Amino acid sequence: MGIPGQEKLWDKEEKGHRTYQDVRIFTDEQLKNYTEDELKSFKNKHDIPMMEELEKGPWPSFVSDLKREALHRRKLGQENLQIAPEVAEDLLGLMELSYKEGETHWKHGGIVGVLGYGGGVIGRYCDQQQKFPAIAHFHTVRVAQPGGKFYTSDYLRTFADIAEYRGSGITNLHGSTGDMVILGTFTDQLEPIFFDLTHDLGVDLGGSGSNLRTPSDCLGPARCEFTCYDTLDMCYDMTLTYQDELHRPAFPYKFKFKFDGCPNGCVASIARSDMAFIGTWKDDIRINQDAVQEYVANKIPRDGGGMTGRDWGPFDIKAEIIDLCPTQCMQWDGKKLSINNAECNRCMHCINAMPEALRVGKDTGVSILLGAKAPILEGAQMSVLTVPFMYAKKPYENIKNSVVSKIFDWWIEEGKNRERLGELIQRMGLKTLIEVLGIPAMPQMVKEPRSNPYVFFKEEEVPGGFARDIDDYRSRHPK
Amino acid sequence: MSKGKTGYYNPQKPQEGRITDVGPVHFMQMLPPILRKNYGQWVSHRVLEPGILMHVAESGDKVYSVRCGGARLMTSEHIREICDIADKHSGGYVRFTTRNNIEFIVDSEQKAKDLKKELDSRKFVAGSHKFPVGGTGNSITNIVHTQGWIHCHTPATDASGPVKVVMDELFDYFKSMTLPAKLRISLACCLNMCGAVHCSDIAMLGYHRKPPAIDHDAIGKACEIPLVVAACPLYAIKPITTEDGKKSVSVNVEKCMYCGNCYTMCLGLPLADGAGDGVALLAGGKISNRISKPKFSKVVVPILPNNMPRWPEVVSTIKKMVEVYAKEANKYERLGDWAERIGWEKFFEKCGIEFSWHLLDDYRLAYDTFRTSTQFKYTEHAWAVSKAVGGI
Repeated sequence: MGIPGQEKLWDKEEKGHRTYQDVRIFTDEQLKNYTEDELKSFKNKHDIPMMEELEKGPWPSFVSDLKREALHRRKLGQENLQIAPEVAEDLLGLMELSYKEGETHWKHGGIVGVLGYGGGVIGRYCDQQQKFPAIAHFHTVRVAQPGGKFYTSDYLRTFADIAEYRGSGITNLHGSTGDMVILGTFTDQLEPIFFDLTHDLGVDLGGSGSNLRTPSDCLGPARCEFTCYDTLDMCYDMTLTYQDELHRPAFPYKFKFKFDGCPNGCVASIARSDMAFIGTWKDDIRINQDAVQEYVANKIPRDGGGMTGRDWGPFDIKAEIIDLCPTQCMQWDGKKLSINNAECNRCMHCINAMPEALRVGKDTGVSILLGAKAPILEGAQMSVLTVPFMYAKKPYENIKNSVVSKIFDWWIEEGKNRERLGELIQRMGLKTLIEVLGIPAMPQMVKEPRSNPYVFFKEEEVPGGFARDIDDYRSRHPK
Repeated sequence: MSKGKTGYYNPQKPQEGRITDVGPVHFMQMLPPILRKNYGQWVSHRVLEPGILMHVAESGDKVYSVRCGGARLMTSEHIREICDIADKHSGGYVRFTTRNNIEFIVDSEQKAKDLKKELDSRKFVAGSHKFPVGGTGNSITNIVHTQGWIHCHTPATDASGPVKVVMDELFDYFKSMTLPAKLRISLACCLNMCGAVHCSDIAMLGYHRKPPAIDHDAIGKACEIPLVVAACPLYAIKPITTEDGKKSVSVNVEKCMYCGNCYTMCLGLPLADGAGDGVALLAGGKISNRISKPKFSKVVVPILPNNMPRWPEVVSTIKKMVEVYAKEANKYERLGDWAERIGWEKFFEKCGIEFSWHLLDDYRLAYDTFRTSTQFKYTEHAWAVSKAVGGI
């Protein structure tokens, strides 16, 4: 999987790696084709007074950014671009119209894509094509993002060139699910974009529709001491394993994998993914008693220095750590911090608050939680703790075979049209889910046991089964 | 890369040279060498000042990350400027966070400080920052959001605009670390929530308030009527034949909750309505497992108007919540934990937000949110009920 031998295509540490110079579209002169004075006096093709109100204030203005792209494209001219130069200008004009009316001007859907794929491109057409011809088509191309969203400038510049040459020059870094998004291109540019993405950038499209959506991860071992498994490697490996599911719709609805390295949950897997992999450990929190003393002596700022903007007084280990521990499993005798690890639920508070003294355990793996989704339709759901602990080591065969493929098979078989995994679990019950996975029930799957006694017993559990004999009954209970 | 209309792609031979199923580029080649060297060997971290993080590895190596905010809607020109900065300061490497921030990683504290100064100095010609440094620790970091009127067919509000005006107002909280805990804001421009705002400290949610308009012509031609009927969670849609003989549907407006699921299935049932659409505010959710369990955001304001271009009602209500929370919560206490500790009745009182009937759940599982206890606090809301029944 992957382009053979090209896993280091862009690796600046490798000889002969690809550079922006090898594949660039625009010359330096074309890229630096306007002055600051021209930008200051730039006037958009349509009047956009409300949009320009959004250039005020300190936060970065997307309107100012769009105007600079608009000027750049105007000066590049049609001969240097594959779709109309006025895209950004028309988009600003259309936005102005939406701001006046309070309504969107994008039409419903439109099935476009690249040959052989059933996802990765979102068709979009404007309903005011006469007024705004440059954005008559405004299709989105989702491009798979690299793990942890790390980039080299060469790669990003190449992406910027293709987004501008064959698209609007407007992107999302990044879309909500994590993709790099090229916003706005015409149908005839989709195949050429796909060709250059795969050949020159060495990258594929992301997911859309009833597919596996582009999996995403936290930056994990690349720069975080909390991570309990290799989120980047696992996300990459799983993404490649399930390329077919990602590109060719076979599911009842969308499906998301997300990979969080620890229970802090920086990629929100617990709320946003049908299958959440959240790092955890099963041994003891590592304690550096000397560093604990330094926190107590106020030599190290609490919470990794993240609270220094206000005077919260001297660090009080009893009030801030011991008493806030949700399981009350910690003790401080004035000299030594001790943790009853069997009672710890690994909430991360003490580790977050004293990251230089406490570390996650060494015997690490993942918890797997299933079924999160946004409110449409049955209401929002967070994912359910289903597998408490599992080692997550390359090539992740245990997880793929014992969990993922069983879930996919069940959901494809039983799921109704547009029914997310979490809704299927709700409809058929955790009881069915654990049968599908072949795992026993555990109290960790619930907040508390059920309060209604309406148990659907299995026939084989009940002596004599469900078949009743009324004559036998009447022999004991005459009418 | 290729040039010309079709580039290297040959429409006559679409399979020629075709590459598929290669996935993303491998992450390792995108990591700065110092991160590769210390991969999986990190020991601890510290936020040195707003926007500058230091991570320490087993090897003793230290890396300094400078974090800055920005609009996730960005142009090729903006990307190139980011690349220029990366080439000048951070060896040509850069990364993005899950909340649309940009991070440059350098190898000394001095370089980080110099970079911070440069980033803070870069401004658009109209005056807004390009790369404001901050968003670390107990700050309000960048808002995650959806597309809105820029690109989507179902929004009930814009996304980029409301995000811009809210961050303008909360800018000082982005640039500092003064809050009791992290405060995460997000925006979804309709109930589909491609931005999944349902577990945020504060969420803006675009909301329709009128049943769909019915385009009988389009429904018969373009839609699978049984799928449309089945799409309605409240069974408000029925198949009909119009008087002039068209196959279509009717919508029982009393049952409709304007979720737009029917529009997702059928273009003949548009929801958008400039007069009816607006923004709901939710509060008190979280993702992290820290201290308390992850929790959903709760609706605290059922609707505020789409008041373009700067949504003053949305901005001021959010600002008020943030300020009261900042003043009243205990350290480490997230907004939802604070509201639960003081009681939601106190949250409404302190934030000066009206509690109206709209906030009493009447959807599925509503009973789970009803208070079945005599534990409550007296506020004006309570006295109003006592008065209404003649109790006082």
